[in-house]
Amino acid sequence: MPAAARLNHRRANDDAHDAPPRASAYVCEAASCMSAQAHDITVRLGELTAAAGLTDVMIKRVGCLGLCAAGPLVEINETGQLFERVTPDNVDGIVTALKKVKKTDTRQPQGPFFEKQFRVVTENLGRIDPESLEDYLARDGYEALKRVLQDMTSTEVRDEITASGLRGRGGAGYPTGLKWTTVAKAQGAQKYVVCNADEGDPGAFMDRSVLESDPFRILEGMAIAAFAVHATEGYIYCRAEYPLAVARLRTAIRLAQRAGFLGAGIAETSFNFDVQIRLGAGAFVCGEETALIASVEGRRGTPRPRPPYPAVQGLWDCPTLINNVETYANVPTILRKGSEWFAEYGAGKSKGTKVFALAGRIVNTGLIEVPMGTTLREIVYDIGGGLIDGRPFKAVQTGGPSGGCIPTQFLDMPVSYESLIEVGSFMGSGGLIVMDDTSCMVDVAKYFQDFCREESCGKCVPCRVGTTQLYMLLDLITRGEATLEDLAQLERLAGIIQKTALCGLGQGAPNPIFSTLRYFRDEYMAHIVDKVCPAGVCKITPPEVMA
Amino acid sequence: MPVLHAKRTAPTDDKRWKIVETRMRRMGDRPAALIEALHAAQEAFGYLDTDALNYVGDTLGVPHSRVYGVATFYSFFTLKPQGEHTCVVCTGTACYINGAKQILTGLDEALHVKPKETTADGKISVLTARCLGACSLAPAVIVDGSVKGHVNADELVAELEAM
Repeated sequence: MPAAARLNHRRANDDAHDAPPRASAYVCEAASCMSAQAHDITVRLGELTAAAGLTDVMIKRVGCLGLCAAGPLVEINETGQLFERVTPDNVDGIVTALKKVKKTDTRQPQGPFFEKQFRVVTENLGRIDPESLEDYLARDGYEALKRVLQDMTSTEVRDEITASGLRGRGGAGYPTGLKWTTVAKAQGAQKYVVCNADEGDPGAFMDRSVLESDPFRILEGMAIAAFAVHATEGYIYCRAEYPLAVARLRTAIRLAQRAGFLGAGIAETSFNFDVQIRLGAGAFVCGEETALIASVEGRRGTPRPRPPYPAVQGLWDCPTLINNVETYANVPTILRKGSEWFAEYGAGKSKGTKVFALAGRIVNTGLIEVPMGTTLREIVYDIGGGLIDGRPFKAVQTGGPSGGCIPTQFLDMPVSYESLIEVGSFMGSGGLIVMDDTSCMVDVAKYFQDFCREESCGKCVPCRVGTTQLYMLLDLITRGEATLEDLAQLERLAGIIQKTALCGLGQGAPNPIFSTLRYFRDEYMAHIVDKVCPAGVCKITPPEVMA
Repeated sequence: MPVLHAKRTAPTDDKRWKIVETRMRRMGDRPAALIEALHAAQEAFGYLDTDALNYVGDTLGVPHSRVYGVATFYSFFTLKPQGEHTCVVCTGTACYINGAKQILTGLDEALHVKPKETTADGKISVLTARCLGACSLAPAVIVDGSVKGHVNADELVAELEAM
């Protein structure tokens, strides 16, 4: 099969491997582009370049190139030229471009979407073949782990993470160094390290992209964490909805085990650590850490009261470190470049960068990474390219079902854990959904309430009963049948649920209501008093005119 | 510690049970393997019937009540056989504000099928997903495993009717 021989993942056995290729085409094979036949493009390019006798050309599958809206994407690595919306039948332009590449060519700027970003977590996305350990090693992969195992004590590793100011990227922003120290100091012979890859927020796909595009980075981050907290076993809890991410993780685990980066005696030291994958089964609440533990143990994913925190009593009652995918992804870079380097970026108490998934009514839907403290305007307009059809910006929703909607007046606000909470929203895992004037904010609140109602695990009454009542009240409003008394009842009930629910799902469920009431109360009033939906989304039957 | 529960044999001599059995054995036939075992059974048979639930429970030493509890708690598991074709409509936020609701309404009007239901002729099952993560393709659906982006209700109905 001559065509396949041109593909990068076969190149390990290829004689031509020693000579660097003159030109290379990087084909994005992450989920979004894959669903648009990206793999067929890779194969087709391989066939065509082989047929044209281009022996000094490499066709390589890579992870997410970021600009999902224009996918499937192919990039000429040497020049940075980007081909958008490629189809398997329309790749002649790419072959021509490959022919023209000269040794003296340098990468040209790719436009504001790419140039305005700053990549730490996503530095390898779109640059390496996610199923090639060689590629990862060539980009300084496993340098950090080797240094940690050879030159550092576990205390030094924890101090370095603490000094960097890294905070949990799953949403709540708990200081990572503090969490690691708690687990390290907890009593217990057996300890576990868990990676939370149950990315359930609708509109969020950061973790998926990182897992699909750079799985070794997560394994390296987890191994460093395991060394720092004295654990020997790890679990990655991943959504079953992400089959590609799971497949690439499995491959990465196998390759890492074979190369001695997982298992017994890692990197020729006495350190042992191994990782297993556990699949979720479509329960949003399992992103909550105690529910996640229950699910890994094979039970229904219901949370339990904390304390005891998992850091003290987690999986099978052993001290357990649970961090999000993006948190682990930061770890190798921090240890490679130093905590001082990392702490230079960011704003105030929010250090480093944040990966965001841009979606909704925005031109450049895709995956971006920016330093903390970047303004929403830069994200939405400079990087995101503004709104589709130039429609007016109405709000950006962050933080998933526990988050809020941020209106126009805060566009110039720097994004950080603190600033988002100040305006009544929440960092969440990093989904940013942009809305224009075609979205009704009451309807959006109702959408999230419907989500929480369905995903409530049913353990505590405030969440199980309360979210349903909130939904019914919102439904009444969107049908134009509510009174001002209903609105007062909605606010009262939302406050009670926020204070009394057991876990983050219930406590956060009223947030979309609070934030839309805070900034878009006029829309609620229009539904209740004037019986109209200003955005024209809700179907309100006009009241019959009394004769 | 020896395993105290009696290990059951598979309900039928269907070869697919081997897959389920292997997956459980690899995890030491322990209760913690329950969710993985249910995944294996659903992958093999398309859905989980009572035989499958009981077999998994008996092998892992988990009471039937708890197996049923887990199987019904997680929305990924289905206890009913699916139609010939499946159509999963994404209802994530990006798809929602781009028209997922209209797609579901369109399917209901044309094919008289609501989410989690199968058409009367057993041909098409409609499901919803929380978020496929394919937000750049919003609104997105998965028809028989292949993702379709920027879907409009009429075209989707026409495609499903032609199947």
